[in-house]
Amino acid sequence: MRAYQDRKNAQAKVYYKDRFYVSPQLPKEEVDSDEVFAKDLATISKKAEVKEAYIQRGQLVIILENRHDIVAVAKLLKEKLTYTQLSEMSANDFLADRGEFEVFYQFLSMEKRKRLRVKYSIKEDQAVDSLYDIYKSADWAEREMYDMFGIVANEHPNLKRILMPDDWSGHPLRKSYPLQGDEDAQWYEIDTIFGKDYREVVGPEIRDTKRIDPKDTENFARIGKEVPRGANPKDFDENYDDFQEEGGVPLITRFTKKNQKTLTDRK
Amino acid sequence: MQTPNRLKPFYENLAFERDDNTMIVNFGPQHPSAHGQLRLILELDGEQVVKATPDVGYLHRGMEKMAENMIYNEFLPTTDRMDYIAATSNNYGYALAVERLLGIEDKVPRRAKVIRTMLLELNRIISHLFWLATHALDVGAMSIFLYCFREREFAMDLMEEYCGARLTHSAVRIGGVPLDLAPGWIEKLRAFITKLPNDIADYEGLLDQNRIWKMRLEHVGVISAEKAIDWGCSGPTLRGSGVAWDIRKEEPYELYDELEFKVPVSDTNDSYGRYKLYMQEMRESIKIIEQLIPMYSKTEPKLMADVPEYISAPKESLMTDNFALMQHFVLVTQGMRPPVGEVYVATESPKGELGFYINSQGEPYPHRIKLRAPSFWHTSVLQEMLVGTYIADVVTIIGNLNIVFGEIDR
Repeated sequence: MRAYQDRKNAQAKVYYKDRFYVSPQLPKEEVDSDEVFAKDLATISKKAEVKEAYIQRGQLVIILENRHDIVAVAKLLKEKLTYTQLSEMSANDFLADRGEFEVFYQFLSMEKRKRLRVKYSIKEDQAVDSLYDIYKSADWAEREMYDMFGIVANEHPNLKRILMPDDWSGHPLRKSYPLQGDEDAQWYEIDTIFGKDYREVVGPEIRDTKRIDPKDTENFARIGKEVPRGANPKDFDENYDDFQEEGGVPLITRFTKKNQKTLTDRK
Repeated sequence: MQTPNRLKPFYENLAFERDDNTMIVNFGPQHPSAHGQLRLILELDGEQVVKATPDVGYLHRGMEKMAENMIYNEFLPTTDRMDYIAATSNNYGYALAVERLLGIEDKVPRRAKVIRTMLLELNRIISHLFWLATHALDVGAMSIFLYCFREREFAMDLMEEYCGARLTHSAVRIGGVPLDLAPGWIEKLRAFITKLPNDIADYEGLLDQNRIWKMRLEHVGVISAEKAIDWGCSGPTLRGSGVAWDIRKEEPYELYDELEFKVPVSDTNDSYGRYKLYMQEMRESIKIIEQLIPMYSKTEPKLMADVPEYISAPKESLMTDNFALMQHFVLVTQGMRPPVGEVYVATESPKGELGFYINSQGEPYPHRIKLRAPSFWHTSVLQEMLVGTYIADVVTIIGNLNIVFGEIDR
């Protein structure tokens, strides 16, 4: 039987899980505790429906109810509230847990020396509204989000992949995408360089960077223990003696009856 | 639509038959002046750039993905490979972000803070020297390249003596620093920073009034303050447009609120102004290190924060205290479990605002880490900055923006 694979979350699993461990939460402070943020929030909540707002580690976090409100909020932030820079935006993948992405925008106001984060959730097949018309920095940020998560930004002038090749399949930062790449990834270079016909000749690309095969004489250099390329592994069966330095600390002490000692009583 | 095959490949950005008189030049990705793997598709009308399309991603290693598949401490050496010119600033940005997530920022011992700030400023000097060297080389000043690399070599020797590595330092740990300064290190550092101002004066003597240097830098790569902010610029690129925004000053971290330094600003908006700015910044870094040296001897010899829940206890208690050893074992094999929540922490790296967004779901592996590398945003400005400039200035502008591909592609 094939081992069970979680299709929705193909990431490395935590080795040890404590069922009774309850993670502490990062404290969420009231927005009223900060004057500037309280004013900002009051202005924003007039324009858009705010689901939740709190201050975490000194930054205001606003969670919007409706994804289409972001354009109005961004306009307000830039023109009225002096948050002139969109310093970062991207998404979090919660598809496996609750079936949605969480998109976040990180704004900076140099005048007020404040940072603010706006978030909202979208379903897998939903798109976000592009902020390109308001913040130019959204240009590449939205492209990267599209590349990494497959989230489309409506009305973006040039929405195409930015870090991955244009003809790549899959979106690498989704939790369903394995760390070493999916089925298509291992054939990508072979297909582009040699063509599909050569798949059988070349074989799939080895994408596991941790893989070490000491018996492989085709692809691995055996420094200090070189053998001809493609040699039969049976011809060079080695034991630990090969690695023993002269006069060095013995790697393995072989058991001999002569050297054995029987204790008469325990210490 | 062309039918692509192996003999006639399909390039979506290139049109071979066009009616207008423009020419398309493919700059890079293997161009010595591209400062890494930058492919720039330039549409030229005569010698003037009509449209510039930067194409990045040739060095993409998926660091954000890697981060989601390892414990917090494991990821730290990977951050070296972002801005490999000044690796410690990445290590520090990451360590600070995790510390703020854990809430142990204040528990970092003072000696560790002094050492970290010293290393950060030393890295800033290394990075700026490297910037000047390569930028001058691009513009055609060979001797500056050699001089700057000579001084950078001394700084890298200092780094090597501290942490054993010259480029990929990993000189900072979450919760402190791994090592104390070697005996005699401070004297060497002092010797370096006493000599450096003379060297900077030498560079300025060679470049400031140099006719070729001025002709190639003045009024080249102009970007207004509004545009720089709009495109997400930070660091020297933003200050070169007259915006006095330095995160060390505005949102002080580490010891920067105790230190006295100025934030140099240039309002000429051009490459020459930014060059002057870089030179001033190096002088400020020297001043900061000068203030840090007397601080060092006044500190207790403790290097790591004392939070056994998240950070392994010192060696001595590991060897004597059974519970400390158990906690250490759990931290090494399973990793720390930060609280559920998210932080965005920005630090002023030599290139600009280096931000780490960490989303933790209480597991030993982070749920998401977003690396906000300044060069990524500075490369996107090229679309705006290059239009209307001459092809000879393209190299100046790319060099002047101080972009490093390790952090653009991550």
